[in-house]
Amino acid sequence: MGAGHAHKLYRHGHSPVHRLPPHCKLAAVFGFVLVVVSTPREAMWAFGLYAALLAAVAAVARIPAGFLLKRLVIEVPFVAFALLMPFVVPGEQTTVLGVSVSVPGLWGAWNVLAKATLGVAASVLLASTTELRAVLLGLQRLKLPPLLVQIASFMIRYGDVITDEMRRMSIARRSRGFEARGVRQWGVLATSMGALFIRSYERGERVHLAMVSRGYAGTMPVMDEVTADRTQWAYAAALPVLALAVCLLGWTL
Amino acid sequence: MDPVTLSPKDARTAAPSLDVSGLAYAYPDGHQALFGVNLTVGRGERVAVLGPNGAGKTTLVLHLNGILEAGSGSVHVAGLPVAKRNLAEIRRRVGIVFQDPDDQLFMPTVREDVAFGPAASGLRGPELEERVLRALKQVGMEEYVGRPPHHLSFGQRRRVAVATVLAMEPEILVLDEPSSNLDPASRRELADILRSLDVTVLMVTHDLPYALELCPRAVILSEGVVAADGRTQELLCDEELMRAHRLELPFGFDPRSVTVPSP
Repeated sequence: MGAGHAHKLYRHGHSPVHRLPPHCKLAAVFGFVLVVVSTPREAMWAFGLYAALLAAVAAVARIPAGFLLKRLVIEVPFVAFALLMPFVVPGEQTTVLGVSVSVPGLWGAWNVLAKATLGVAASVLLASTTELRAVLLGLQRLKLPPLLVQIASFMIRYGDVITDEMRRMSIARRSRGFEARGVRQWGVLATSMGALFIRSYERGERVHLAMVSRGYAGTMPVMDEVTADRTQWAYAAALPVLALAVCLLGWTL
Repeated sequence: MDPVTLSPKDARTAAPSLDVSGLAYAYPDGHQALFGVNLTVGRGERVAVLGPNGAGKTTLVLHLNGILEAGSGSVHVAGLPVAKRNLAEIRRRVGIVFQDPDDQLFMPTVREDVAFGPAASGLRGPELEERVLRALKQVGMEEYVGRPPHHLSFGQRRRVAVATVLAMEPEILVLDEPSSNLDPASRRELADILRSLDVTVLMVTHDLPYALELCPRAVILSEGVVAADGRTQELLCDEELMRAHRLELPFGFDPRSVTVPSP
């Protein structure tokens, strides 16, 4: 583990994209994704332009293409689903490389693939230029229900603590000769999970007690007011606004 | 370390930091934990609360900032009664450091954690920053301001936990087992820090040598009442008293052989 909240997705840097306030970036990515999904799938060139826009952002953020592509792997389950569509969707059939596939299925697959890839790429760009902590501040600023933001921030704080507890329990099990070999041992694993749940639940209660003792009354005090000026908003808006122009062209052409 | 000298500003609050009288409490399941506890802690005093497991120590602590509501009797903090209408102010005045720093430090970074209390009471901006830095300096952790708590050592986390309540500028610092799980060096560092603070301290502990080292006065809480109240060294030397309340000194430790720094 490195210093700060370095998580696997974040790539430390000082580019203009890194410096943009988190809520601007969140809004920009959200806007971009909305525009992408509302683009007609027949306008194939539009998706090319979107990809070019993202590439430009990546270049400004100095995120190498390899870094970005590696993190796109998360999309694989969707790809598998998309690849199935041409074979299972009923409708007019056509032949590609000697295999009979359905035309609506092909369009569906393309639609899912193109839009999902662009969405994931935009999110990866956001994650690699924004620290997790900043993302939470941004969400708070964008008036996401505070309870959700608090839950997410506790996940960051206690993820490691709970993983550590899990590891200690596993060591304790193995020290007493337990080896998970098959279905027969699932009972023990299930009880361990139950114990872990109870422990986490009790920790939750103790944390709440500590919070109340320091004056918590249902809302987190705002300490870091993230603010953005017009120029910053304008920079952040560049991506969704250009994408919107492409989208409108896609509908009219 | 001298007790806090009263400045003219403080003269109006000549009331003791903590005044517990006739405090009794039974848990909702009927188990009675406290049977009329009386305890007064003057300004700047450092008092240890000793007692076997199940003596009601934690129950007492949870009454000090109104987490539990007294069945009968009362608790006053610097003259202010612990009651629903005063809870915000009471919780600012009573800083509780819980036993597990992982429970106490719940924010993503040290800075935000230390800022939590003062920010909850409305402090903002540069004043808040200043308060955070001052508290961290008092425990010697100012370099770690931007770190996430789970990247610190256990001793460091305990110190930050102390800073989180110091930042609220409490009237009284309540420590639950402050020396538990600390290695000897961290233990000594924490003792140095606690001794350097200008604040009333109530320390709940099983660690009798630590109590002797830090607190000139001690009370023994046993079966829900204060069974003894006096100079720590005298209590620890009273073998009969100690045995009656299941308190045992560590092997080879003789409280008579120790010169206690005069209060």
